[in-house]
Amino acid sequence: MIDFELTPEQKEGIKAAHELAKELFRPVSRYYDEHEHESPQELIDTMWQRRGDGTAAMGMDVAAALRTEELCWGDAGLYLCIPGPGLGGAAVFASGTREQMTRFLAVFGGDKPTWGAMAMTEPQAGSDTAAISATAVRDGEEWVLNGEKIFVTMGKRALEDSDGFVVVWATVDKSAGRAGMKSFVVPAGTPGMRVEKMEKKLGIRASDTVTVVFDNCRIPFDNILGSPEVKKKETKGFRGAMATFDATRPIIAAQAIGVGRAALDFVKETLENEGIKIRYGTPRQKLTALERDIMEMEANYKAAKLLTLRALWIMSQGQPNSLESSMAKTKAGLAITRITQKAVEIMGPLGYSRKHLLEKWMRDAKINDIFEGTGQINMLVTARRILNYSRDQLK
Amino acid sequence: MISFSPTEEQQMIVAMVKQFAGDEMRKIYRECDESGEIPDSVIDTAWNMGLVSSSIPEDYGGSGGEHSAITGSLINEELAWGDLSMAMHILCPALFAYPVMEMGTDSQRKKYLPLVCNEKYRAATAALIEPRFGFDPNSLSTTARADGNEYVLNGEKSYVPLAAEAELVLVYAREDGGSQGFIIEKGTKGLEVGEREKNMGIKALATYELSLKNCRVPKENRLGGQKGCDFDRIMNCSRVALSAMAVGVARAAFEFSRDYAKERVAFGEPIASRQAIAFMLAEMAIEIDATRLMTWEAAWKLNRKEEATKEASLVKAYADDMALMVTDRAVQILGGHGYVREHPVELWLRNGRGFVTFDGMAIV
Repeated sequence: MIDFELTPEQKEGIKAAHELAKELFRPVSRYYDEHEHESPQELIDTMWQRRGDGTAAMGMDVAAALRTEELCWGDAGLYLCIPGPGLGGAAVFASGTREQMTRFLAVFGGDKPTWGAMAMTEPQAGSDTAAISATAVRDGEEWVLNGEKIFVTMGKRALEDSDGFVVVWATVDKSAGRAGMKSFVVPAGTPGMRVEKMEKKLGIRASDTVTVVFDNCRIPFDNILGSPEVKKKETKGFRGAMATFDATRPIIAAQAIGVGRAALDFVKETLENEGIKIRYGTPRQKLTALERDIMEMEANYKAAKLLTLRALWIMSQGQPNSLESSMAKTKAGLAITRITQKAVEIMGPLGYSRKHLLEKWMRDAKINDIFEGTGQINMLVTARRILNYSRDQLK
Repeated sequence: MISFSPTEEQQMIVAMVKQFAGDEMRKIYRECDESGEIPDSVIDTAWNMGLVSSSIPEDYGGSGGEHSAITGSLINEELAWGDLSMAMHILCPALFAYPVMEMGTDSQRKKYLPLVCNEKYRAATAALIEPRFGFDPNSLSTTARADGNEYVLNGEKSYVPLAAEAELVLVYAREDGGSQGFIIEKGTKGLEVGEREKNMGIKALATYELSLKNCRVPKENRLGGQKGCDFDRIMNCSRVALSAMAVGVARAAFEFSRDYAKERVAFGEPIASRQAIAFMLAEMAIEIDATRLMTWEAAWKLNRKEEATKEASLVKAYADDMALMVTDRAVQILGGHGYVREHPVELWLRNGRGFVTFDGMAIV
């Protein structure tokens, strides 16, 4: 039955997350935007203590998306600082064995805030993940990793500030192309791995984005996620990466949606204080340009949100959601970029000023159209799916 | 709990309507658009599916099924995918029946609902739109004035589907600053059906201008009697129905242009293998899905009898734009072939542009 009613637990989750966003995130939002590489320790500690209480708890389902929206309504950069398995954990979930899940996720059971990260992008390989040049060579009961990974979200906190891990994508056989792509779990403190260069960014400044270098970095053989074998016609390893994206992309979309709603709420509140009402149900030719803008922004927010919830709902039904997941990410990235940019325009001097958070939200929003696959890559995935085309048929 | 899956019964209805749309409507839609006529046989076949009467209570001759705006949205999408003119013609009696069923007095229901539960299709319709710039359903120019035991109606209406053959017209008019519905039977003095209209699209649907010149109706013909009607809700049901139809038309255009793009070869490859074309199609698919989900959400609110003006008007405006964007791109993807009437996409563009105008011409 088509239904949009939230369960009592989901409503509770939203409420609790919203409170956190308001009480814990918003008050320090500006500070950590302006003090880029400082650590929001109090927030991190609180979120760590509250993990598992159903508010901050992460996940990849509808309930998690709803909470994510609320927390990112608070602050999308601080949201990324929340300790937990993160994208690295998602990769372990997507292609690890049960034993590996238990082993690697055990680090999140301790007292100290701990992070998981994922390292895919290289200086010469962004969305073209099959072009990755980091290597993993088997040496007895070990893998030896070499290469350089950039744009590792929360890499510093995972590897330097805590005993977390990073999931690294590397090739075990360059000649095998995508079939040779495998993922490996590298725990913090492994010799031969070092964190370099913290990026200075347009937005989401509270989160760290680092370069991780692997220089003859040795890890146990069974730290490989999925099968170590390379079958030339099989691209299972790569499919593992893609399966991770199917789960994470809607969550990224939910992050975007949270930022978008923050901007929308700010605009609507300001208008309300000015006595301006949006006249829903009025013919379009009678609406002011402002009303039309607001209505378009609200509709786009809704469109992005419903596509996102659908992608996660399909996954929860055990069905493939690659198409819907990419649709949601494409729409959310684009819609929220536009909503926040339009909000700055509408608010004029209030929008552009750093006295308010709106300009920050516009900067924060932009990342959602970029990470976990740019809008264009997601458009490409969507196009291939609707056309039933392979990557060779649609480049 | 959030779910995007229609019930089994809804899936069966969709399958039935989809088959009808593919087998019957799609065979003749072009001829109908050119001639301006829809064969009675198609309308009768559609009527036999009981799409309108199924949710009318048994007491009035219907099948007594649940009346659901979500089911209505699903039906509207499929029929409009087949052909918009035919969809509007087939569902036209609902314009009269649903408001009477939901908001009419007992005697109005008893008197009028059996007429739309007939085995044979019998037209009943509603008149909302007025032929002027600045038309606003909430501020109609057509007026209804109480005079003794009667109401006197004056004004001009347009885009009234099937007005010439309709036995009953639900006319919306301004009364005391608000909009109310008035049931007018065919042949009532002062109710004049004008010439059949000529429009850019929905050419197979017979629409008419209607003028009301001191047209007198008994007081009991005011929809809902003394209580009147919930006009906002009627408009919202209409917005949802039209949004669903916009999704249907857009989906037709998307599917056709997608298939064409995979067959049409240029520079040695199907044009769909170029991002310029493929990305257009991807965006069309995304926007169609988004609009459908928003339509369902608004329909869901209507089913719960919640205030839905915001949701319904947001999705309607979004659907208006989406339908234009998608049908225009479908024409663009076919290029010159899209512009000629040999292919259907130019028809869908003409129909798609109409949604922004079609207030009150469909209802769930």
